[in-house]
Amino acid sequence: MEINWTDYNSNNFFDELITEEQSPRAPSEKLVNYLSSLDVEELEKRRLMAEATIQEMGVSFTVYTEEGNIDRAWPFDIIPRTISASEWKVAETGLKQRLKALNLFIDDLYHDQNVIQDGIIPEHIIKDSKNFRPECVGISPPFGVWAHICGTDLVRAGDGQFYVLEDNLRVPSGVSYMLENRAITKRVLPELFENDNILPVDDYTSKLFDMLAALSPRDNEVPEIVVLTPGIFNSAYFEHAFLAQQMGAELVEGSDLFVGEDDCVYMKTIAGPERVDVIYRRIDDLFIDPEAFDPNSVLGVPGLMRAWQKGNVALANAPGAGVADDKVVYAYVPELIKYYLDEEPILANVETFLCEDPEQQEYVLANLDKLVVKPANESGGYGMLVGPHSTKKDQALFAELIKSNPRNYIAQPTLKLSTSPTLIGKGQIEPRHLDLRPFILQSKDTYVTTGGLTRVAMKKGSLVVNSSQGGGSKDTWIVDLEAE
Amino acid sequence: MLSRVAERIYWSARYIERVENIARLVSVYDNMLYDLPKGVDISWYNLVKINSNTELFHERYKVQDEKNVLKFMLEDDTNPSSILSSLKMLRENIRTTRDVVPQETWELINELDIYARNNIKKGINRSERHSFLNNIIEGCQTINGLLAGTMSRDATWQFVLLGRNLERADMTTRVLDAAVSLMLQPRDEQNLALGQVLWSKVLKSQGAYLNYRRTVRTSISGAKVAKFLLNDPYFPRTVSFCFNEMLTAVNKLPHGENVLETVQMLKKMDFEISSSDDLDMKFRDYLNELQIGIIQLSGNITESWFSFDKGEAA
Repeated sequence: MEINWTDYNSNNFFDELITEEQSPRAPSEKLVNYLSSLDVEELEKRRLMAEATIQEMGVSFTVYTEEGNIDRAWPFDIIPRTISASEWKVAETGLKQRLKALNLFIDDLYHDQNVIQDGIIPEHIIKDSKNFRPECVGISPPFGVWAHICGTDLVRAGDGQFYVLEDNLRVPSGVSYMLENRAITKRVLPELFENDNILPVDDYTSKLFDMLAALSPRDNEVPEIVVLTPGIFNSAYFEHAFLAQQMGAELVEGSDLFVGEDDCVYMKTIAGPERVDVIYRRIDDLFIDPEAFDPNSVLGVPGLMRAWQKGNVALANAPGAGVADDKVVYAYVPELIKYYLDEEPILANVETFLCEDPEQQEYVLANLDKLVVKPANESGGYGMLVGPHSTKKDQALFAELIKSNPRNYIAQPTLKLSTSPTLIGKGQIEPRHLDLRPFILQSKDTYVTTGGLTRVAMKKGSLVVNSSQGGGSKDTWIVDLEAE
Repeated sequence: MLSRVAERIYWSARYIERVENIARLVSVYDNMLYDLPKGVDISWYNLVKINSNTELFHERYKVQDEKNVLKFMLEDDTNPSSILSSLKMLRENIRTTRDVVPQETWELINELDIYARNNIKKGINRSERHSFLNNIIEGCQTINGLLAGTMSRDATWQFVLLGRNLERADMTTRVLDAAVSLMLQPRDEQNLALGQVLWSKVLKSQGAYLNYRRTVRTSISGAKVAKFLLNDPYFPRTVSFCFNEMLTAVNKLPHGENVLETVQMLKKMDFEISSSDDLDMKFRDYLNELQIGIIQLSGNITESWFSFDKGEAA
């Protein structure tokens, strides 16, 4: 018995693999045909193989719960999601454009603030931003780049177009899962990689290394690059270790580093102190230096900000880059692209209502049951309201929250997130909503991952794809149709 | 190399070695009990004594029988030297240092850990014990083989050598001590028969039986086995071989003066054995001193490389 694709119905959502006429889209044709040729037992065998592979590879992430932290196996669906290479090319150009503009914006904010003088963005938005760091004013990091690694969430709406949902400019995670997803899929569906023109994803870590190396303040042949992790209890520790290993960089914790009297950063090695040039830090701004920020932080390195301000060490992302990672600033990004680059935005934003504007707030409050409300500065899907899936009580609570702190909330229409066939039981395939997080690198050059991390809401009908909220993931295939 | 990473690698190597040693020990013991001459009664409980764990054992169990001893040695998570505890520590140490070991190390350790956890009852019950323990030993050998075949011989490797050989030397002295203590129990006429079974099992526990045969070329006796396991310069589990490996490793690391001194002191410690009568209480004292020296050596390693003093090193 094979899977019955004729029963597959995405209920008027845009489906990544299957058209409304129930036939495969061009980039998914070989994939769907191949899956159709497997009988249910064989498909189940592959699914179990993926599960075992994930266990053996130790791919896991940590979920914080009231009962303590649980190290969970990475939830993975074996059916990949496909995008054609020509379509991806456009998205890629749009992502580069966007990050370029965002970096010009951040650099401007910490210098002359022309964008405010010229009336493009209101001053209070920056003044009230939780992520604006006065300590960064006047600092000029290499290449004028503050956000070196950006994870931008893309969604495909009902019209089949890509929209930007948010930009993560602080410490975006997920890229290691993108790489591991491919490694798992190669083991589970090897036949398809022979016949289909699936573009490889694994140059990310060498691109990351090159990007970081270009930031080195010293002109030494081999810069000392480290990945700074908050430690084993962080939900993304697996990724920190993975990236350090793939780049051949040291994985360090705050206590492995110290700032010397010369304001340079050193790591504690078996041979004594060794100078560090570039820190890829996976710790939030406020914890990186107890001298400059939270004095109670044990994760950071005392004096690190001083060393960075003097240009003795590079930090990626730079402190203060998060100022552009604010959902209110997000609403202005199309304007920022026009302002800094004099170009039309290639990727569109999702329509966004700013609750601090009285008129827009009124609309939001009247339509809480239809909108998605998000706090301006949270990540991981915490603290948001999904209108159509909420109770009257939730809505009343959010109405109060919005009224008491309008600057901190934005609202967006509930998107008709695209779906993709997902294996939900033995031989059973149903549509599940998903998004896509590509990663963009910028220092001397700009680079975008081939595709990105596809996150899937594993619960039927759910729109929340975050792994901390029960989401899973799929491999993402950029298929080059012209190469065939 | 980061001090913290060096420490975790050193301990990882010790834990891999410990897992293999426990599996070997139980396996050989299991085998020996069937071969004992009639009238000789040796208790499983000796295994607990070898590992100096009697106090902890009594906190947990009343009866010193086979089942409890095996539970304690293989499964018990309150016993820090049980196979499952050691695997857990190994996994935690590698989890936080996977960036410096070959990529597949983490995968192999996970596999071994999953296997041990899912099949631990096979080790405790008799019928499948042999194949369970064999799989554990093979799992450790696979990991060591991966490290040997793909690790660069840099500082990281030297810490693997230090951890592995320290743990190994320690275990060899413990096994010898256990054998001697059994032989010293008053037992009259069966002693000769027991000696033959016991000493060949001691060799087998170290995988050294055939090597001993080839090298020593005479029948098996306590004195010769003890001399072989202490002093043979070629077999990789003898105390002398382990100390030499550590010597080489220390010489490739910076600031190892204190460690070097202790290894050299340990190498000079000698005990004259001319016949099996020499394997007496004095010999046991000597083994005890060796073990104390090994503990001191581990202390030196910690001071020299893991507790970072930035004033001195700068």
